[in-house]
Amino acid sequence: MFAIYKKELRSYFINAIGYVYVGVFLAAAALLCCYTTLGSQSYDTSTYFTMLIFAFIILIPLLTMKLFAEEKKLRTEQLLLTAPVSIWEMVLGKFLAAFTLFFGTVVVSCINFFPLYSYARAERANESYSVMHVGPVTAEILSCLIGIILIGAAFIAIGLFVSSLTENQLAAAVITVAIIAVMLVLDMVNQFIDVYAIRFVIDWISVMSRFGSFTGGMLDFSAILYYLSITGVFLLLTTRVYDKRRWG
Amino acid sequence: MIKIEHLVKNYGANCAVDDISFEVGKGEIVGFLGPNGAGKSTTMNILTGYLSSTSGSVSVAGIDVLENPLEAKKHIGYLPEQPPLYLDMTVEEYLIFNYNLKGCKLNRDKHLEEICEVVKIKDVYKRVIKNLSKGYKQRVGIAQALIGSPEVIIFDEPTVGLDPKQIIEVRNLLRNLGRDHTVILSTHILQEVQAVCDRIVIINKGKIVADEKTENITRAVENNRRFNVKISGPQKEVLAMLRSKPGIVYAEVLSNRDGDAYSYLIESEVGIDIRKSLFYTLAEKKWPLVGLEAMGMSLEDIFIAIVDQSAPKQRYERKGARQRNVKAAAEAEVAKSIMEKTDKSQGGKYSALFDDEQNS
Repeated sequence: MFAIYKKELRSYFINAIGYVYVGVFLAAAALLCCYTTLGSQSYDTSTYFTMLIFAFIILIPLLTMKLFAEEKKLRTEQLLLTAPVSIWEMVLGKFLAAFTLFFGTVVVSCINFFPLYSYARAERANESYSVMHVGPVTAEILSCLIGIILIGAAFIAIGLFVSSLTENQLAAAVITVAIIAVMLVLDMVNQFIDVYAIRFVIDWISVMSRFGSFTGGMLDFSAILYYLSITGVFLLLTTRVYDKRRWG
Repeated sequence: MIKIEHLVKNYGANCAVDDISFEVGKGEIVGFLGPNGAGKSTTMNILTGYLSSTSGSVSVAGIDVLENPLEAKKHIGYLPEQPPLYLDMTVEEYLIFNYNLKGCKLNRDKHLEEICEVVKIKDVYKRVIKNLSKGYKQRVGIAQALIGSPEVIIFDEPTVGLDPKQIIEVRNLLRNLGRDHTVILSTHILQEVQAVCDRIVIINKGKIVADEKTENITRAVENNRRFNVKISGPQKEVLAMLRSKPGIVYAEVLSNRDGDAYSYLIESEVGIDIRKSLFYTLAEKKWPLVGLEAMGMSLEDIFIAIVDQSAPKQRYERKGARQRNVKAAAEAEVAKSIMEKTDKSQGGKYSALFDDEQNS
């Protein structure tokens, strides 16, 4: 598993795709930070994180599209499947490689919060009499980070699954974009539905509605469980794709 | 080392491998032959754990591939038809990746160096695989299969796309590997099999139709009793003489004519070399012998005959030159003898049944 993990991580940086991903992610994060938090001259980061999740529509497929599709096209998957490595190890190795890069970029993007903290310090120095909390709420930022990392993991698992279905990277990317977009937009569509029952169900499965509690600085256990379940289910489905091929 | 028992593989209604059984012993080099779509690659894919079988069992080094694939795969090195290369890696990175992937325990640098020595890729060790020529890519693929020094090495058409010199090198390599590995080699190049393998297994339409030592097949091919003779003289009388001559069981006129010389096809009796006595007889009659050519059978012909025979619907019934029919009949005869022997060793699905009835 470790060999596959290392190989995938390496291949992100041999091809341009890793750099493109990191570059686009950081640029998008910086831009969003400027337009949301800094633009509104507040310490509130919830809009920033919400918008960042929408950037995942483009970013996550960049990471996942080639993972299996390329192997299939170059017939190198035969090498992995005839090596003494189980299907789970293969899928997990690839998932973890994509997740590591994603996680790393999220960590690096935290650089966007430095201006908030340094500005807050300056402000506190000026207004020493204030009893109100001045500056960004660290708990909120942390819970949001945990939230987007879990959402990212779920989306990576979805992208991985889609990639295992096709040998065309572009098709994998487009389908992943579509699935992630639908999952995110679902919450917005909800406002236009009058029937409570449908609204309730959509609200329940929507990724965004569950993110709400994270922006309030809460770690919602059911949401965490929900995101982890999506990740688990799609990883399981990916292994089933390979199992089925073997037995088909 | 490898044991395949009653292996069946269906793709939906399509039967790719139909109840085949064979064993390969340690240190044996077996050539696995068959026309396209015969089930060669399917069998190999099942053997390497890439595909599952519908029924039957496959074991490598005593480990069942279906029950314990991870353990079994440790004993197998596999080069698929298209070498599974990551084009953006260097040869070194690729081999190290494989080394790690296979969880190899041998001393890494020494082991990789040995392999590079064997397949002669040392001079491209630091180069990116994408930029290598086809021959080198193939060799890197072979190197990959050798990592971890597995007991069983399976090659699917290893010499495709190589130049003649490289082909010879790869064959020598295979022969050397056969000394301490068990090698299965799938190919449709017959000289290759003849040059490298101890044993030939021919598969057609998912069934084993021949399983014989290479030397036996070669002997059957070389045991030639048919000649194309060109004799200058009156056609009818010459033919009558040939037909009446002791030692000749069959003679006929062939269509090609060269001046006043006609060509004849003759077949001698088993164990008699007819050439010398024919020469003296002709000299006596003053009919000059202009040409004498053994009508050789190639391994190809035998192979085609075996494949044709195993598929009765497409039997060889071309109404071409008679010469061809006679030749085909001869090939068919050799093919049949090989197949009958195989049928018996395969557990004799048909003939052995019959024998049993007679015995009881």
